[in-house]
Order: sequence, then C-alpha cells, then structure tokens
Amino acid sequence: MLKIENLSYNIFEDEKDREILNDISLNFEKGKIYVITGPNGSGKSTLVKIVMGIKKQTSGKIFFNGKDISNLSINERANLGISYAFQQPVTFKGLKVRDLLDIASHKKNDFNTLCDYLAQVGLCAKEYINRPLDDKLSGGELKRIELALTLARKTPLNIFDEPEAGIDLWSFDNLTNIFKNLKNTTNIIVSHQTKILEIADYVILLKNGKVVKIGSYSEVKPFIENATCGKLRSQNGQD
Amino acid sequence: MDKIDKDLLEKITDLHKIELGAFNIRKNGQAIDKKSTKEIEIVPKKDKSGIDVFVKPNVKNKALHIPVIITMGGLNDLVYNDFYVGENSSITIVAGCGIHNSTSENSVHNGIHSFHLEKNSQVKYIERHIGVGNGSGGKILNPVTKIYQKENSSLHIETLQIGGVTSSIRKTFARLGENAKLEVQENILTTDEEKAETEFKVVLKGKKSSVEVVSHSVARNNSFQKFKSNLVGENDCFGHVECDGILLDNARIVSVPMIDAKDNNSSLVHEAAIGKIAGDELVKLMSLGLSQEEAENTIIKGFLMG
Repeated sequence: MLKIENLSYNIFEDEKDREILNDISLNFEKGKIYVITGPNGSGKSTLVKIVMGIKKQTSGKIFFNGKDISNLSINERANLGISYAFQQPVTFKGLKVRDLLDIASHKKNDFNTLCDYLAQVGLCAKEYINRPLDDKLSGGELKRIELALTLARKTPLNIFDEPEAGIDLWSFDNLTNIFKNLKNTTNIIVSHQTKILEIADYVILLKNGKVVKIGSYSEVKPFIENATCGKLRSQNGQD
Repeated sequence: MDKIDKDLLEKITDLHKIELGAFNIRKNGQAIDKKSTKEIEIVPKKDKSGIDVFVKPNVKNKALHIPVIITMGGLNDLVYNDFYVGENSSITIVAGCGIHNSTSENSVHNGIHSFHLEKNSQVKYIERHIGVGNGSGGKILNPVTKIYQKENSSLHIETLQIGGVTSSIRKTFARLGENAKLEVQENILTTDEEKAETEFKVVLKGKKSSVEVVSHSVARNNSFQKFKSNLVGENDCFGHVECDGILLDNARIVSVPMIDAKDNNSSLVHEAAIGKIAGDELVKLMSLGLSQEEAENTIIKGFLMG
C-alpha cells in the first residue's frame, strides 16, 4: 500500500552535501506493523517525515495505494489517508483538546465519542477535552493526546515517530496493545524500544541512511546489536 | 430598532445567550432604552453624557448590559459611565461598542469608564468592539477605563476587538488595595491599515494584591498594534504581563514593557513574544487534513477566541 522507490535526501552543511538517506526502496503491505529502528542519526525520522510530506526528498518517489504522492502537500497526503504522530507533540495557544480531536476526526464529536478517543490512551475526557493543548500539560499527557489525535483519524496508514518517548506514567503494555488493536491498517513506528520491536511484523534497520536489514525481530536483532553496539533500549527506557 | 441595530447588538453583547437583567442601550449618542432592577440602579448623569450604575451590597450573580451602537458617520460620541459595586456583590457587566459606518465621515466613540469595587466584591466585565459597514469613514474607538479596587475585591476583564475598527487607543489605569485581584484578557485583531494601541498602568498598592494581564494580538496586512504596560509594585504583591503577538503579511506589533518594583517584596514579570505563526503548528494541523489557509485561520481563531 506504500511504496518508496530510490529515495535519497541530502542537506547542504558546512559548504558540502551531506547524505541523510541514500537510495532507499521499501514496500509496506496492508495490515502489517513495521518498526523502523537504528542508531541516532541513521535517518529514521527523516524517512517518515518525507513520507508525510514534512520534508521533501532530494530524489526518488513515493506511491500510496498506487498513486504517486511524491509532490503532494502534507494535507493532501493526510486527506488520502496518512496520519502522523509527532515525536515532539505540538502545542497551541487557545486551541483545546476537543478542537484538535474534532479537526482530526473531521466532525463535531459528542462527549461519548471524545471519551472513547481519550480512553484509548488512558485519559479521562472530562478532565481534558476543554483544556488548551498548551505547555501547561505534561510531556506525557501531550504525548498521549498526540496518539489519540492520530487514532481519531482512523486512516489506513499511521506513522508514529518514537511514540514511547515521555509516556513514563503509562505502561508500555497499553501502548503496544494500541498498535496490536489497529486491525486492517498499516502502521509504521519509529522506535528503539524492544517491547515495540517485538510486536513488529517487520523490523527495518537503518544505519547511515541505508537499509541494513529487513525481517522479523529475531532475524534483525543480531544486526541491531551490531549496528548500535548493543545499545538497544529496554522497556523502561534505559540504554 | 432595525436589523443593523439588532445585528450589532448581538455581535457585541451575545444578548441572545444571557438572560437580560438591568440594561442601558445607547445609540448614536443618545440613551434609547434602559431598565434598572431592585439590585442595580442606573441613573443618567446630569452634568454630562453617561450613567452612574449603583450595585447594592450583597447582590449575587446578576447581569448588566450596557451596549453602545453607532450607525451614522460624522458622530463624535463621548460618554462617561461610572460603576459603584457594593460590598460582597458579584456581577457580570457586558459592554461594548458596535459601529456600522457606511458613510465617508468618521464615527468616533470615546467611552470613559470607572469602576469602584467595594470590599469582597467580584466583577466580570466583558467588552467587545467591532466595526462594520463599507463606507470610507473611520470607525474609531478610544476607551478609557479607571479601576479602583478595595480589599479582597476581584475584577476580571475580557476585551475583544475582532477587526473592522480603523483606530483604537485603549487606556486602562488600576489601583489595587489589599488582597485585590485584577485579571485582564485582551484579544485584538487588526487588518488592512488599522491601528490599535493599548496602554496599561496598574499600581499594586495593597499587600498581597495581584494583577494578571494577558494580551493576544493578531496583526494582518499593513496594520499596526502597540502594547504598553506599566506595573508598579508598592507592596508585597504579584504582577504578571504576557504579550503574545502573531504577525502576518506586512503588519507590525510593538510591545513596550515597564515594571517598577518600588517595594522589595514586589514580584513583577513581563513576557512578550511576537512572531509569525509557528511552523510546527501549521504542519501539525495540515497533517490532520487542513489546508495551509484553513490551518492559519484555525490557529488565529483559537488564539483570539479560545
């Protein structure tokens, strides 16, 4: 359902071109969970940002359900059915949690529906829907609301950039259950966490902007340890 | 009252949402209708244009509406409204001025208000200003507000000016007694060649008095806004001013902060941030399916009305 062909991304830094992604080709099947992992600076977040249209590839093409989306804007991709949960949730002055959930779901939601969206991420709607989505919320609360916004869109392709970051007061089991329960959708998760890698149908290991290995977690695990010098994060977030 | 009058009144007062209690409606420089209640007495001034409003002590949760509408050009309206709120009373005052000017002459409204809050009284003051009508004449508003708060009183002011006002100079002066609390939320949108200036001076005279001023400005096209604040701490007190501005097109916003801690137990803070709409906010809303224009409008609406 998502196909990436010969994708490269270069930046101009210190008066020379630096290669962030180098000729990446990947094929994502419908209904599978993909976890992209790799050492810091391997190009994981850049790759998913390019899929969403937040960054523009230097060369290469992206196809979504057979349609070339390489030059479409962020909102055009969103409206075709791609969602993106940010690593660092964005805050707003004045917009409430309820406003964002209404925008995400393209409708004015009643209390019970808002309650359903927030209950999935372990939050009580009564306490949150009328609160501004601003920096008075904790990092963990913002992260969970970010997840709820993505889930409220009910899109066929969901991208989660390091969803585990900052959810310390909430258990990893709840988070992994969310991904397991997303039936018939394709999910691409950028993560270092073993618990998340374990639920992947496919793990994609990136290093220095290239795909090193694709396969089940057990197949890719030895390559991860090699690529990260054994620095894989355990479930409690420690290196 | 014709349709223009009713539209203006609805926009500035939300009369349809709140049960009408005491009120005074002023149109084109004349009081056209008023009603006192047993708790709130409205008395026309004898020596000049305007009203004295007396809220008796121990009145709870009552509303007063004092809208002003101007539907003609060439009018320079000057009105003095003084509010005396009795001890232990709590009241909501909905004010504002709507100008519909289809002429080539300026319509001007200068509203001079004073608030005298007795001990333990609580006042919520909502003020909306709008200008409509496609005449070339200016829609000009110059409100002046003087506030005197006694012990344990609290005043919450919400000011909304949502476009169409050619020029406004808004001046507010407040003197706060012991444990008195003042909160001001000011939201202003300017477009085209409009100018809006705001000036606050708050003297924190009483022990444990506090003031919180939050100003949200959105300036579009070639418009100009200036926000000037001056907090003076004369006791063990707390003051916080936050000025946030969003700039679009060729607009300009100026923030002039002044905090003067005359007493070494004063704690005074001024924060100001002016800039374009944050790129990550646009990207987030676009990733939820909004176009760039829809995302901008959503951010501005939330910023001003949220």
